[in-house]
Amino acid sequence: MELKDKLTAIAEKASSEIRVVSSLEELENLRVSYLGKKGEITQVLKGMKDLSAEERPVIGQLANQVRDQLTEQLAVTRQRIETEALNKRLAEETLDVTLPGSKPKKGQSHVITQIMEEIEDLFLGMGYQIIEGNEVEEDYYNFERVNLPQNHPARDMQDTFYITPEVLLRTHTSPLQARTLEQHDFSKGPLKMISPGKVYRRDTDDATHSHQFHQIEGMVIDKHITMADLKGTLETLAKKMFGENREIRLRPSYFPFTEPSVEVDVSCFKCGGSGCSVCKGTGWIEILGAGMTHPEVLKMSGVDPEIYGGFAFGLGPDRIAMLKYGVDDIRNFYLNDQRFLEQFKVKG
Amino acid sequence: MKASYNWLKEYLNLQEVTPEQLADQITLTGIEVDSLIEPGKGLNNLVVGHIKSLEKMEDSDHLNIAQVDVGAEELYQIVCGAPNVANGQKVITALPGAKLPGNFKIKKSKLRGHVSNGMICSLGELGFSDSVIPKNAEDGIYILPEEAVVGESALPYIGLDDVIIDLDITPNRADAMSMRGVAFEAGAILSQKPEFEKITISESTESIIDKVQVAVQNQQDTPYYKLRMVKDVTVKESPLWLQRKLMNAGIRPIDSVVDVTNYIMLEYGQPLHAFDYDALGSKEIFVRRAENNETITTLDGQERTLSSENLIITNGEVPVALAGVMGGQNSHVTKETKTVLIESAAFASALVRKTAQSLNLRSESSSRFERGLNLATIQTALDHAAALMAEISGGTILSGTAEINAEQPVEKVVSIKLGRINHVLGTDLSLEAVAAIFTRLQFEFDLIEDQFNVTVPLRRWDISIEADLLEEVARVYGYNKIPSTLPTMESTPGELDEKQRLTRYVRRFLEGSGLAQTISYALTTPEKAERFSLKSSKTTSLDWPMSEEHKTLRLSLISGLVDNAAYNIARQSKQAALYEVGHVFYENNESVLPNEEEHVAGLVTGSLTEKTWSADNTPVDFYTLKGILEELFSTIGLKESIRYNASQAYPDLHPGRTAEIQLGGTPIGIIGQVHPLVAQQFDLEDTYVFELNLEALVQAEKNPVLYNTIPKYPGTSRDIALLVDESVTHRQVMDVIEANGGKWLQQVRLFDLYQGEHIEQGKKSLAYSLAYLNPEATLKEEEVNKDFEKVKTALAEKLSAEIR
Repeated sequence: MELKDKLTAIAEKASSEIRVVSSLEELENLRVSYLGKKGEITQVLKGMKDLSAEERPVIGQLANQVRDQLTEQLAVTRQRIETEALNKRLAEETLDVTLPGSKPKKGQSHVITQIMEEIEDLFLGMGYQIIEGNEVEEDYYNFERVNLPQNHPARDMQDTFYITPEVLLRTHTSPLQARTLEQHDFSKGPLKMISPGKVYRRDTDDATHSHQFHQIEGMVIDKHITMADLKGTLETLAKKMFGENREIRLRPSYFPFTEPSVEVDVSCFKCGGSGCSVCKGTGWIEILGAGMTHPEVLKMSGVDPEIYGGFAFGLGPDRIAMLKYGVDDIRNFYLNDQRFLEQFKVKG
Repeated sequence: MKASYNWLKEYLNLQEVTPEQLADQITLTGIEVDSLIEPGKGLNNLVVGHIKSLEKMEDSDHLNIAQVDVGAEELYQIVCGAPNVANGQKVITALPGAKLPGNFKIKKSKLRGHVSNGMICSLGELGFSDSVIPKNAEDGIYILPEEAVVGESALPYIGLDDVIIDLDITPNRADAMSMRGVAFEAGAILSQKPEFEKITISESTESIIDKVQVAVQNQQDTPYYKLRMVKDVTVKESPLWLQRKLMNAGIRPIDSVVDVTNYIMLEYGQPLHAFDYDALGSKEIFVRRAENNETITTLDGQERTLSSENLIITNGEVPVALAGVMGGQNSHVTKETKTVLIESAAFASALVRKTAQSLNLRSESSSRFERGLNLATIQTALDHAAALMAEISGGTILSGTAEINAEQPVEKVVSIKLGRINHVLGTDLSLEAVAAIFTRLQFEFDLIEDQFNVTVPLRRWDISIEADLLEEVARVYGYNKIPSTLPTMESTPGELDEKQRLTRYVRRFLEGSGLAQTISYALTTPEKAERFSLKSSKTTSLDWPMSEEHKTLRLSLISGLVDNAAYNIARQSKQAALYEVGHVFYENNESVLPNEEEHVAGLVTGSLTEKTWSADNTPVDFYTLKGILEELFSTIGLKESIRYNASQAYPDLHPGRTAEIQLGGTPIGIIGQVHPLVAQQFDLEDTYVFELNLEALVQAEKNPVLYNTIPKYPGTSRDIALLVDESVTHRQVMDVIEANGGKWLQQVRLFDLYQGEHIEQGKKSLAYSLAYLNPEATLKEEEVNKDFEKVKTALAEKLSAEIR
């Protein structure tokens, strides 16, 4: 056979063999058997030396052509097989993306802490400092220094856990007002403080009473603080806690440590003021007590009420949490049932 | 204070204002209205009936058949079972179709074959509380007076057409514990001056001075004391208008003498007491402190043992009343009383308060004395009482009062400037506006330039300083008209202090590690309070606890966490992962207050992860919790090193699985497993806990955060496996490696620990990886080898380690 025909035959055979290859291994074997050192085409090319000078370039050109074609076909086929293999692998790796993921375990702050932090952050932003103190207090600071002398009828408003006749569990965080006032150097600027913490009352625990609960009190003292400032501050607080659309209403009240004293209602966040079960049909919910700091309180702390004055307010995070989340039993806050605690892990 | 709307109408023109409107305005102006009570709401078809004839039902031992004139053409036949029903009575008759409280509907019916065309009612059936129904009407129907008009609605007769404004009186507004006080308050709201009827009193020629002498031991205890005498009275039932007013105020009508004293108390806020003069057995009244252990039997039949803290009224010898609190059994008015002594006085508030408190005898009277009185009406109230008593019970009033000498009370003058008002309230009120407010309050004043000199009437004894006037102006002006601003002042930085910042960080960290925050009670049982304490200390307990459960302040937070875990496990939870931040209360010999320390504690039991389709739930162990703490400490950047020293000092913790945590040699906390026996008491499986003194972490020195160049040169590592005695601790091995590691040793990591098969008994195998790095150059093989050899030699020498 002519060398030319032989080459054409090899090329055809190789091409048809490559076309049906299904693995990279077979492909490599084919490459070796045709284009390898001992491959058929290589062999043919080796026989070129016996050709005439006229034939050699013609056959040579043909042989190169055949070799290039095969090389190209091999490469394309390799690409095809690899793609198929990849597709097969990817298909096999398919997941049920709806299966649940592996969640990291996360805890959460207690709902009361969340409320307190929210309030703390609001007041930090307005330049207040946070003052914390002892839960066991002297009668003197808890009562007398906030204008509640011995045998004052208003002491009935707060049943007290006594440890000795002079020492008690604080019934409010107000003793910190006296303690901070007497330390504060007004030449260095006004006093703006909030005091969050646990307080205690001699109450029997039931759905709405707890012998231990929380309080946040605030106080601002400077040379020109008005009741209008108190109102604006409380409005800011109410909107932060219960939503931008809330309104507040002030009602006269009585606290020995403020005068004038006010009780503050917020328009019902559930019904918006039209009356519902949360606001007992009134459209208003009582959320805090406040007032202009009583001159006696200032005087007893060595602050001149002729020059300085200001306001104070106090609210109960337990009550706020109950209102805000519809918690119907205050004892839930202290039982620490994980099914309860977990409900407040959404941080929004 | 239950204020009757109808009663207020006697003093004010209320035509333009409904009870609801008035109540709303009272709330917004000064006194919180607790509720608006409409006792007759929904009641209808109740008329005055007249029993024309009455016959016993033949086959019944208690039923009667009454023929009642209800103003209709024919008599109504009504079956009645009340024991006090009688022919000729005017009675409250519910006609068929009537609705009574409790959704009880009256229908025409038959009782034992007899037609009954309605019901003759008792007060209870009309919704009156048992505590206000007169004794004689308790077990039967209520009898209306003869003048009642047949067929008219019965509601007005018994006050069921009234609306009661129930006021929640704060301690400063005791002036509103009287109808006159409420009238002044409502008058200020409505810009009306309340009008009161003038009291006229006709006295006999006989003088009280011949009958009784008054003296007091101490005028500070008894600043005012007055008596009047009414003789030849007939004690009987009070007229309906009086009974009605008392019942609607929540007071039970008793008799025509006692009812008058209560009525006067309601009108003026001046509590009175009526003595049976003849029962006194003397012509003398002496008010003094009781002797210790002196006794008195009070009206309620109880014998009370007294002390010198109690003020008593005596007949010169024995107590006849507890001043301001309750009368004595020996001198009280009875049906037979002929001569009445009426007492109108002022007693020291604190004394009355103490007596009422210590004897647990709070009364309408004591609650008023405790909060002070309108000194202007002590005499008026007494005169009014005497006049009314004489009118109702018959009898004559002796001339004059028996009383102690006392100075006339003086009205205070309190001054305030307009500028001050606007300065404090943030308002822009004019002189005219403020003047109008004082006028509405019926306060007289002089205006000198911009200063109001206000003469405060005695009825407002709560007002004595400028701030009191400020409050009056603010509330009458209207709190809700005050503008809303934010304080303008020198700005101050608002930032968390170091402790608050660290506490928040620790909380976030623990939450990120899977622990949920709890808040437990700080008061617990004496036994639980002492458990798990970091250090030994006496506990602090309440003087007078409500219960054993909440008696003693905790020394540790773990104790509460164990309770919380037990609570959750008992409710089918498989795990608990909790923490708490709070105070513990150590004894403190240097102060009356205990030493409060802020701690943080954590607890884990069960697993921190849930078993899922893809992962097992690995149960927690000591090292789970320890790992959390190690990472916490490392992220706080403590300068000094933390050590875990095995400890057996905590009886509630596992003796082999507990460590005291030290920071630079100072104990700051504990970590360990709850002792299996303790865990068992709480039905808990293996439970791990820690507690740290947060304040120690706050005070601890921190490493400043500094940037280190990322190494350019590769490091290298060497692994070492060693066989040591099982008593050798990891810490010991680390100490040897760290001390002998050479200057390029960066990190040592334990990557295997084995004990058991193929290892000699009493030994354990440890494998560490030592990482070396020279930040300045590529480390030479020989340098590392040399350093590594030193470590091996040291381990062999110091710990008899066999290097494998």
